[in-house]
Amino acid sequence: MRGLLTGAALALTLALPVGAVEPDEILDDPVLEARARHISDGLRCLVCQNESIDESNASLAKDLRILVRDRLLAGDADSEVVDFIVDRYGEFVLLRPTTGGWNWVLWGSGPLVFILALGMGITYVRRRSTATPVGVEGLSDAEKARVKELLDE
Amino acid sequence: MITELGHFALILAFLTAIVQMVVPLIGAHKRWPGWMAVAEPAASAQFALTATAFGALTYAFVVSDFSVQLVYANSHSLKPMLYKISGVWGNHEGSMLLWVLIVTLFGAMAAWFGGNLPPTLRARVLSVQSAIAVAFFAFILFTSNPFIRVAVPPFDGTDLNPLLQDPGLAFHPPFLYLGYVGLSICFSFAVAALIEGRVDAAWGRWVRPWTLAAWVFLTIGIALGSWWAYYELGWGGFWFWDPVENASFMPWLFAAALLHSAIVVEKREALKSWTMLLAIMAFGFSLIGTFIVRSGLLTSVHAFANDPERGVFILAILVFFTGGALTLFAARAQVMEAKGVFGVVSRESALVANNILLAVASFVVFVGTMWPLVAEMFFERKLSVGAPFFNMAFTPFMVLLGLLLPVGSILSWKRGKIGKALKDLAPALALALALMALVWVLQTGRSMLGPVGVFLGAWLVGGAVVDLLSRTGRKRDYSRLLRLPRADWGKAVAHGGLGITMLGIAGLMAWEEEDIRVAYIDQPFTVGQFEFELKGVERVRGPNYFSDMADVIVRRGGDELVRVAPEKRTYPVAQMPTTEAAIDYRFLRDIYVVIGDKQDDGGWVMRVYIKPLANWIWGGCILMSIGGLLSLSDRRYRVAAGAKKSRAVGVPAE
Repeated sequence: MRGLLTGAALALTLALPVGAVEPDEILDDPVLEARARHISDGLRCLVCQNESIDESNASLAKDLRILVRDRLLAGDADSEVVDFIVDRYGEFVLLRPTTGGWNWVLWGSGPLVFILALGMGITYVRRRSTATPVGVEGLSDAEKARVKELLDE
Repeated sequence: MITELGHFALILAFLTAIVQMVVPLIGAHKRWPGWMAVAEPAASAQFALTATAFGALTYAFVVSDFSVQLVYANSHSLKPMLYKISGVWGNHEGSMLLWVLIVTLFGAMAAWFGGNLPPTLRARVLSVQSAIAVAFFAFILFTSNPFIRVAVPPFDGTDLNPLLQDPGLAFHPPFLYLGYVGLSICFSFAVAALIEGRVDAAWGRWVRPWTLAAWVFLTIGIALGSWWAYYELGWGGFWFWDPVENASFMPWLFAAALLHSAIVVEKREALKSWTMLLAIMAFGFSLIGTFIVRSGLLTSVHAFANDPERGVFILAILVFFTGGALTLFAARAQVMEAKGVFGVVSRESALVANNILLAVASFVVFVGTMWPLVAEMFFERKLSVGAPFFNMAFTPFMVLLGLLLPVGSILSWKRGKIGKALKDLAPALALALALMALVWVLQTGRSMLGPVGVFLGAWLVGGAVVDLLSRTGRKRDYSRLLRLPRADWGKAVAHGGLGITMLGIAGLMAWEEEDIRVAYIDQPFTVGQFEFELKGVERVRGPNYFSDMADVIVRRGGDELVRVAPEKRTYPVAQMPTTEAAIDYRFLRDIYVVIGDKQDDGGWVMRVYIKPLANWIWGGCILMSIGGLLSLSDRRYRVAAGAKKSRAVGVPAE
């Protein structure tokens, strides 16, 4: 209990928000730099909460940003850079999950459920358009009494 | 003393809530008017007691009573008064107290304004609402008591997280909670109607204002949080697809769906069981949100320091209420047969489409949020689901929604003609296409995002205008516009607002410019069409922080446009730095300047962003909220509320 109370402030461990990419990291070649930014946008900072290394100012994120740029300078293609980092840190670093394995459920469930819902919606609408109208039920005795009471006031 | 009084009031409120949960429910079942009538005074008393408890805690924060552990952990005597007060809900215990205060507030409002409800339904609504309060009172009293004292009061507090010491964030949680908890009353209405075994058009009318209010509050709360992130976090991000953001977004989507389907129930007595389900799910997702924030199950930037015991407690509440309500729903499904008949092309069908899109979009967000957990538990894969996934999987449904919305919103009820709708909308469509083409030509070699956003924005705003104009009749009698029901204005304003927000998001994401460099004093540099010059950096002292404040001149075409002062602050007590970006807000773009660390050679790291249409995102949110409020102020609801005042005696005869 005690430990909790002391730590109970909103623990925004997020980006001590000082900024991410430092000027000294930026590559001279704007094309390479743009590729580096694009890649690091999709890589997760491992010590942060749900932030890309492009946004984070943690020192690990900085190391990863430099690593990405080093690989690019060494002539790697974008996918090779990503693979290189995934090999070392696991697929946890990918902010955009792969489609491999069971992840098809993640990617496919939206469209699947949409098609399903669309089917159900169309069936419902069709049924409604051919249904015979139900007469409006009369009020119950109790309700009639209450209507009278309200009108009398 | 006052703290103990607050604690005592909270316990009394808990006991009152138990009475209010049990007695009216039995009363409604047995048709005993006296037992049912307990609900109203109990709801008022419960609210008054909880407000007393909340007041006592606020008092402890205001006078900096560090013998209260919570105050010690979250406040400091030097903190400005605003943040002493907002510190009350800037922590787990206090925010739960605020949560339950709002539950009782809505319960009390249902009692005060529920005069036109059938007595049994009202008793049941208040009883169910009180059951929710009971669960949360128990949660607070048994796991998260805010009134605990420390034996030896420390000299001063440990301060509130400096990131939270901000006006935007001071009001972000109360609005969100008003929204989350506002959905509890829709839930109570749904469960009460299910117990009652009757769902009719009147039910749709009763539940709609509450949904509308909750949705407006959620809109404001989410917009405030997003705006705060934009100006505070130092690079102008406004949405991160963080689990907790998603947790607030899912109820918002559900509430939006509920808002629309309740119209169909009210006007056409159709979609009843679906609307019930939505009412249950909307609050269910609010509870899931609470669970996510408090349990620490998912890593998030928002996570409160958390504790499995609390998580399990909230999970139990979640399972009990949603599980119970869904069981009841399944058992009573047969009472909800639809009555209205409508054609395939009709407003009703359009609203069905709206609901499908919103619900599926919400489902996508849900799957993406929970997937890391599922993958770890069942497939032993540790993976992340971040913004790129959501941008890809979620956006198409919103684009589809935007495309259909103007057409659906002008279709006639029962049987519409698609040709006529499209003919009416032709000017809006032409305008949107023209603007899209213009933007497409002007921008070079960039993504489709910008043009699509411009199209959707113009199409939605144009559609809303056409919708209003279509009410002026053939002769274009514009004075009719002033006599339109406010709900019609509300609809047009809210739909236009959605378009503005979509345009803002697309514009910002597509056309943002960024520059990161080491800036030297008196050496200008250019970003886009603007020139920036750092004039100096000064160390200044704030009430509870130090700051490096830069002086930057922004010029365009040689003329000085504005002088901005970005800051880097250090809070010594919390030992935390924050950046205070300097933002020059303009209609078409923001200039966003951030100062970083000093370099060895005397330069300063400076980040400059040109953010086109940024304000439009929140401007659209404001319009949506205004639309909701306009609709809420519509005469139909006021008549219903006024009906109570005209009644002479309080207790209705059965």
